[in-house]
Amino acid sequence: MTTIDSSPDANLDSPVGRLLAAVVDWLTSTDHKKIGRLFIGASLISLLGTIVVNLVISIERIDGAAAGFDVDAWTQLLGSQRVGLVFGTALPLTAGLAIAVVPMQLGARSLAFARLAATGMYMWLGGFVLSVFALANNGGIGGGNADMVGLFLAAHGLMALGFIAVGASLATTVLTTRAPGMTMRRVPYFSFSALVYGIGLVLVMPVLFGALIYLFVDHRSGDRSAFGGNEGIATWAGWIFTQPTTFLFAIPALGVFAELLGPTFRKRTPARGVVFAGFSLVGVSALAATTQQLRFDVPWRGSLLYIGDGEDFTNKLGDVLPWATFHLVPVLGATILFLMMAFVAKPEKNADGVTIKPKITAGFLFAFFGFGMVLVGMLGAAMEPIVDLRLAGTVFGEASLVYVAYGTALAVMGGIINWAPKLWGKELELKKAAPLALLGVGGVVLASFPHYVAGFLDQPGGLAYADNDLAIWNILVLAGHGLMALTVLGFIGLVAATVFGDDDDAIDDPFDGHTIEWATTSPAPAGNFVDVPTISSAEPMLDLKSANTTGSAS
Amino acid sequence: MDALTAGPAPAPRNQVIVGTTFASIAMVMLTGGMLAVWAVQRRSVLDSGESWLPSSVTIPEVPTNVMLIAFPALCSFAQWAVWAAKRDDRANTVFALGSTAFVALLIVNAQAFVYTQMDVGVADGAYGSMFYAITGAFLALMVAGLLFTTVTAFRYLGGRTGDRELLTAHAIFWYAMLAVFTAIWFLVYVTK
Repeated sequence: MTTIDSSPDANLDSPVGRLLAAVVDWLTSTDHKKIGRLFIGASLISLLGTIVVNLVISIERIDGAAAGFDVDAWTQLLGSQRVGLVFGTALPLTAGLAIAVVPMQLGARSLAFARLAATGMYMWLGGFVLSVFALANNGGIGGGNADMVGLFLAAHGLMALGFIAVGASLATTVLTTRAPGMTMRRVPYFSFSALVYGIGLVLVMPVLFGALIYLFVDHRSGDRSAFGGNEGIATWAGWIFTQPTTFLFAIPALGVFAELLGPTFRKRTPARGVVFAGFSLVGVSALAATTQQLRFDVPWRGSLLYIGDGEDFTNKLGDVLPWATFHLVPVLGATILFLMMAFVAKPEKNADGVTIKPKITAGFLFAFFGFGMVLVGMLGAAMEPIVDLRLAGTVFGEASLVYVAYGTALAVMGGIINWAPKLWGKELELKKAAPLALLGVGGVVLASFPHYVAGFLDQPGGLAYADNDLAIWNILVLAGHGLMALTVLGFIGLVAATVFGDDDDAIDDPFDGHTIEWATTSPAPAGNFVDVPTISSAEPMLDLKSANTTGSAS
Repeated sequence: MDALTAGPAPAPRNQVIVGTTFASIAMVMLTGGMLAVWAVQRRSVLDSGESWLPSSVTIPEVPTNVMLIAFPALCSFAQWAVWAAKRDDRANTVFALGSTAFVALLIVNAQAFVYTQMDVGVADGAYGSMFYAITGAFLALMVAGLLFTTVTAFRYLGGRTGDRELLTAHAIFWYAMLAVFTAIWFLVYVTK
C-alpha cells in the first residue's frame, strides 16, 4: 500500500494547469534569476507609473497660475513623485538587477538567503502598492485622511523591512559565496557595488523604520505633539526622498558602468582598488541618512566666501564639513569612475601595432548615459545647499532627484541588456537598443536640466509660480518626461519581443566579457554553473581568451 | 576554446553568522536611530523649559536594572550553548538554550511589569508615544530573539548537533541585544 499521493502532476496535462504551475513556480522560486527578474519587471511598471505622475505634474505646471487640482491633490501628487522616484524606481531596479546578476558573477550556485530576498521583494511590492493606494486616497505626506496616512507609514515600514532583507542577502552573498580563488580584490565591479549598496541598505533602512515607528505611533495612538502628525512625515522621514541619501540607491548603477568599461575598451581596468574606493566614497551618502537630516546647508551669510576671525572660521567650518562629507565625497567617488573611464578609453595598440578599437554595446551606451546623468544629479545636489545660491525650496532639488533616479534607471536598463543572454538567453540588438539609449538620455536631460535653470530663476517647488517666463522651462520638462515614457515603453517592448520572440539563443559570451558569468551557458542553468570555476585573476575570461590566442598562434 | 578549470564545490563560509551579523547591525541601527530622535526631542522639550518626564510618572528602577543585569546572564547562557556544542555535550547545550529562552522570557515579563508600574499612556504627550514606540520596538526584537532561540533549540534537538554555526549566530544576536538594551536603559531609564 502506498501513502503517497502523486495527483498534482495530473493537472499539468491541461494548458491552464501548466500555466498555473508555471506561475506558481515563478512566484515561489528561490532561483535568484527569477526573483531578480520579478523585481525588475515590477520595477519597470512602477517606473512607468512614476513617469505618468511626472507627466501630470508637468502638465499642471505649464500654466503656473491656473490650478487644475485642489491643494490636497497636488500635495499628494508631489509626494507620489518622490515615492515613485525613490521606492518605485531607483531602489527596486538596482535591487532587482543585483539579485539577478551578482551570484552568477561570483560563481555561486545561489543567492545567500534566497527566500529572505524573495520575501523582501514581496514586502517591497506589497508596501509600494499600499503606499500608492494611500496616496490616491489623500494619505501621503501632509495627507488629510488619517487612516490612509497610517497606511502610508505602515507601507513604507514594510518596504524598509523588505530592503533590509534584500541588503543583508546581497551583502552576505558577496562575502560568503565567492568561487574558489576569488579574493575580495578579484570581485567584479558590479558585485562590489552591490556589496556597498547592500551594506548601505542595512545601515539606512532600519533608521528609516525607526522614524516610521515613531511617526506611526504618534499619529495613530499618540497626541501628535511630538512629530506633528501628517505634517511631520516630511520633517522626520523626508530625508529618504532627498539627496544625498538617494546616491546610495544609485551605487549599483555606477557598478554597471564600471563593469562594462573593460569589455567595451577591450582591456583590463587598472587600479581596481581605486574603483572600489570610488564605490565606497559614494557609499558615504549612507551616513547622511543615518544623521536623519533633511539638508546640510552651507550658510555663507552673504559674505561672498569671506572668512573672518576665528569664530567665523569655526562656524563656517562647522557648516562646510557635513556638506562636504555628504555631498562632495560621493561626487569624488563618481568622479574617480569618470577618470577611470577616461584612462581606460585612451587608445592603445596591440602586439601587432594595430589600434584596439572599442566594442560599443547597447548595454554600455545605456550605462554610460545613466552614469553621466547620476553624476550631473550629484553635482546639482551639491550646489543646492549653498544658501547664497537661494536654490532651497525651488524646483532645483526635484531636478537633481530626477537626474539621479532616471539616470539610475537608464544604467540598470544597460545592465539588463548586458546580462540578458544569461537571464533569458537572448541578445538585444545594438541597432534596436541604441536609439532607445539616445532617446532616454535626451529625455532625462529635458526632464531635469530646465528645472536647474528654473531653480536659479526662483521657480518654487510646488505646482504654481507667478512668473510666466518660466513656462518654457516647464514645457521642456514635460517633453523630457514624455521622451522618458517612450524610452521605457520601447525598452519594455524590446525586452518582451526577445523574451517571447523566436530569435536564436544568444551565444555564451556575445560581448567578450571578462568575468565568470560569461563562462556558463546562455541562459544560465538553475544552479548557474555545471562546475564552479576556479578563479586566478580579476578577469578570468580575459585570461582564458589570451591563453587561447597565444596557444593558437604558437 | 579551453574552458576555465573547474574547482571544488565552495565550502560554506559562515553564511548564517554573516547574515545574523547584518541583522544585528540592523537592530543596532534601528535602536540607535530611535534613541537619537529621543535625545533630540528630549533636548527640545527641556530647552523650552518644560519637563520631559511627565510629573505623574516614576520610572521603576528595580525591574529596569534587573533587565540590564539579566542580559549579560542571557548572553552567558547563549555562549554556554556554543561552548557545550563544540564539545558535543548535548545535555548542556539544550540546557543552555532553555536557560537562554527562560531569561529572555523574564526580560519580556519585566518590561511588561515596567509598563504597569509606570502608568503612562501612549497619548500622554511626546513622552508617552515615544516611550511606547521605542520600548515596543525593543519588545518586538526580544520576541524575534525568542523565536531564534526556539528554532535553534529545535534544530539541535532534531539531531543537527553539528550545526554549530547557528549556535554561534544565535549568541551574536543576543550580544547585539545586550548592546541595544544597554543604550535604551541609559537614555530612557537612567537619563530619563
